[in-house]
Amino acid sequence: MMPDLGKYAETVLSSYAASIVLLVALVVFSILRGRKVRAEMEKIEQRMSRNG
Amino acid sequence: MSIAAKANALWEYANPRKFLATSERVLPFFWISSALFLVVGLVWGFFFTPDDYKQGSTVKIIYLHVPSALMAINCWLMMLVTSLVWLVRRHHVSALAARAAAPIGIVMTLIALATGAIWGQPMWGTWWAWDPRLTSFLILFLFYLGYIALWEAIEDPDTAADLTSVLCIVGSVFAILSRYAVNFWNQGLHQGASVMRAGAITGTDTTEKVSNVFFYPLLTCIIGFVLLFIALVLYRTGTEIRARRIKALLARERVNG
Repeated sequence: MMPDLGKYAETVLSSYAASIVLLVALVVFSILRGRKVRAEMEKIEQRMSRNG
Repeated sequence: MSIAAKANALWEYANPRKFLATSERVLPFFWISSALFLVVGLVWGFFFTPDDYKQGSTVKIIYLHVPSALMAINCWLMMLVTSLVWLVRRHHVSALAARAAAPIGIVMTLIALATGAIWGQPMWGTWWAWDPRLTSFLILFLFYLGYIALWEAIEDPDTAADLTSVLCIVGSVFAILSRYAVNFWNQGLHQGASVMRAGAITGTDTTEKVSNVFFYPLLTCIIGFVLLFIALVLYRTGTEIRARRIKALLARERVNG
């Protein structure tokens, strides 16, 4: 299934690895920060509504 | 609905609540479709396209290099538009959208620079050259860094939005240069546009162009990158809106004792 990349195998695979790692890191960090901020906001809103 | 009424309806999204409600509704579509286009485009390009007669298997790098370079430039242009909206209309959501887009743009620029260097080594015999396009891309990367650092350095969000908007306008020169540098200074190692050129696609010019066997999977990847960009901008802008609300709530809490 793996195509024969010949003498450029290292070049092609390292390009794909670097790009995919960067893209996945961007998505994962965005989602983790998004969830953290949302949870913090909900906590503060609940606290404020309890305290009137 | 008239065009003026439609344009006015667009400003409703400057309301953070309306923006959050709408983005939450459309985000699943953008996440799923971007993943689909990216997987199909990359698998098609990597596994089912032949080697190029000149560049061998390194041609497969095009499916990451070209879309990321396109998004690096277009992300800055999107930031320019939202920065101008902030400066003219003072809509906070537009300033926060520009802030949210910058880390996406810097990652796209980094991918374009990294894949370009890796691709350049076997093709040009060097990882780097002070070629007009490469140099303007490096400067664009530095502008992204400066833009993100400026947002972090200034405590007052409105002042930060003002100053970063001005920086964005200045940096737009390099965003445009990184696209057209090859045409302006017809020199350097980097080839001219061979994909996003109307004449190359329609066949009305005879300069070398990307063959259709590579073009269609590339187009699929470009659509995937655009959809991923939209998903990330919507999601990250929502996060910035909530982070700003946290600051406002904490300030209100302090005032109320």
